[in-house]
Amino acid sequence: MKVDWSNFWPQIVEATGQTITMVVMTLIFGSIIGITLGLLLFVTRENNILENKFVFQVLNIIINIIRPIPFIIFIVAISQLTRLVVGTTIGTAAAIFPMTIVASFTIARVVENNLVSIDPGVIEAAQAMGASPLRIIFTVLIPEALGPLILGLTFVSVGLIDFSAVAGTVGGGGLGHIAMTYGYQRFDGTVMLVTVVILIVMVQLAQWIGNTLSKLVMRR
Amino acid sequence: MTASKALKGDGLMIEFKNVSKTFTSGKRKVHAVNDVSFTVERGDIFGIIGFSGAGKSTLLRLVNMLERPTSGAVYIQGVDISKLSQKDLRKQRQNIGMIFQNFNLFNARTVAGNVAYPLKLAGTPKQEREKRVMELLRFVGLEDKAKDFPDQLSGGQKQRVGIARALANSPDILICDEATSALDPDTTADILKLLKNVNRDLGITILLITHEMDVIQQICNKVAVMEKGEVIEAGDVFETFTAPKHPTTKRFVQSVQQDLPSKHILEKWQSNGGETLYRVLFKGDITNEPILSTVTRKYEVDFNIVYGSVQELQEKLFGNLLISFTGDKSAIEQVLQELESIVDIKEVTKDESGLV
Ligand SMILES: Nc1ncnc2c1ncn2[C@@H]1O[C@H](COP(=O)(O)OP(=O)(O)OP(=O)(O)O)[C@@H](O)[C@H]1O
Ligand SMILES: [Mg+2]
Repeated sequence: MKVDWSNFWPQIVEATGQTITMVVMTLIFGSIIGITLGLLLFVTRENNILENKFVFQVLNIIINIIRPIPFIIFIVAISQLTRLVVGTTIGTAAAIFPMTIVASFTIARVVENNLVSIDPGVIEAAQAMGASPLRIIFTVLIPEALGPLILGLTFVSVGLIDFSAVAGTVGGGGLGHIAMTYGYQRFDGTVMLVTVVILIVMVQLAQWIGNTLSKLVMRR
Repeated sequence: MTASKALKGDGLMIEFKNVSKTFTSGKRKVHAVNDVSFTVERGDIFGIIGFSGAGKSTLLRLVNMLERPTSGAVYIQGVDISKLSQKDLRKQRQNIGMIFQNFNLFNARTVAGNVAYPLKLAGTPKQEREKRVMELLRFVGLEDKAKDFPDQLSGGQKQRVGIARALANSPDILICDEATSALDPDTTADILKLLKNVNRDLGITILLITHEMDVIQQICNKVAVMEKGEVIEAGDVFETFTAPKHPTTKRFVQSVQQDLPSKHILEKWQSNGGETLYRVLFKGDITNEPILSTVTRKYEVDFNIVYGSVQELQEKLFGNLLISFTGDKSAIEQVLQELESIVDIKEVTKDESGLV
């Protein structure tokens, strides 16, 4: 069966839109939750400004349990929860939910790792000047780690493009869905090529935006 | 910068009362600071010296509660700061500037941004803040670097920014953790001069720690020697340098004052039939008078200065000479007796010279 390109292009455009929506929405929600969790993970560490063994351990364990689960299995495993929260398990919105959970925990680790690389002496200097923990978070931790943080988020968003394709194969829509139904199941090489090219362009674009932004804040 | 600062605060600035700090990691206990008591008075440049691991940094961090004492108390201007609420402690910390060995500047902020940071914490209005930042940068000689970032500065410049930042809120106390240890000798001298100005012109009391006796000699008026968490000797710098008691203190003093020639020279002296050597210590203003020649001439004895130095310490002179005498035995005895009543004179024993 041959693909009819005249009505196929609009479908590609729509699917690209869906993929972008999934990635961007996940990045927004995931960043809000992930950066918060990452900061919490960092400041509750031993000898840190809000040391709290309990909070740290609980977060640490949850993240360690969720992160190693392969995404395709994770989507299916939490589909009941997805239905409860989103109302359905099919479509873009339904894909964003599990993607956000995974992205949040990944971003939390990325943020934590970037914060660990800040010289503790700088935090101590702020403390010695009389800065409160909350003040230190917003005026020292975030600005000092911003450059690497943006690169970390870029890395995550490239990963999210990959996740969105996986979500597409199990009803999430987007380019992954197109590639699966037209390219893989109907053996249409041209469709496959088009989707792959679009995905590559998206990854390049995301990387370029990330690099440019981080260069801007790092002045290097 | 106002000179009225010099009148602020009462006599006692920092008081350590039986302070101990024990770190517990697992089953191991480290007594980093052990029952330390001493006081820093207003206007002091108080130096704490000790070898690595002596507990100096821990002691310093107790002053602004970056470390809490396990027992005992630290009083800042009469207030036990371990009893302050978090909010009051933060307020108190604005009154204690701190500088660090590795400068600890905010890399994401410009030089001006670094200096402005503590002012923002204190809620200083923008216009006043900008004026104060420029004033501080002028004081440390960096007004042309305001827009630079820390990674564009040399070590000495970074420490100047650190000092400007620490002085931003006009603190009464400045504490320095090895402020010059990462700097070359020339830059060290510049920074020490700057610290001296901070003390003299702004009336800020300084508590510093170091492992270099040189630093103590150059700017401190009081010194405490730390070893294994304890203060083993403390007092006036001139007294400590001219009459160190504890062996560790003697080692530190010897690190900057060579008070004996090398063994090689002493051996040569001895094998050439050299006379007994005497050590003469001059302190303070007696050095102005020709004591040696006056006394020796009186008894017709000749003297020979074999080795020695005269140094300035705390704006006083300190002479340390090795002398031998030639002449009639009983006359030499009389010379020694008369000198003993004026200066500090002692025979250099075989034990001390290392010659047996
Ligand atoms: N947070 C900590 N936890 C456990 N032990 C510590 C801690 N901080 C310091 N110590 C220990 O306390 C002792 C004193 O350390 P401190 O840093 O005060 O020494 P120091 O005199 O400043 O040495 P240096 O000249 O090397 O800086 C050392 O044995 C050190 O290992
Ligand atoms: Mg130290």
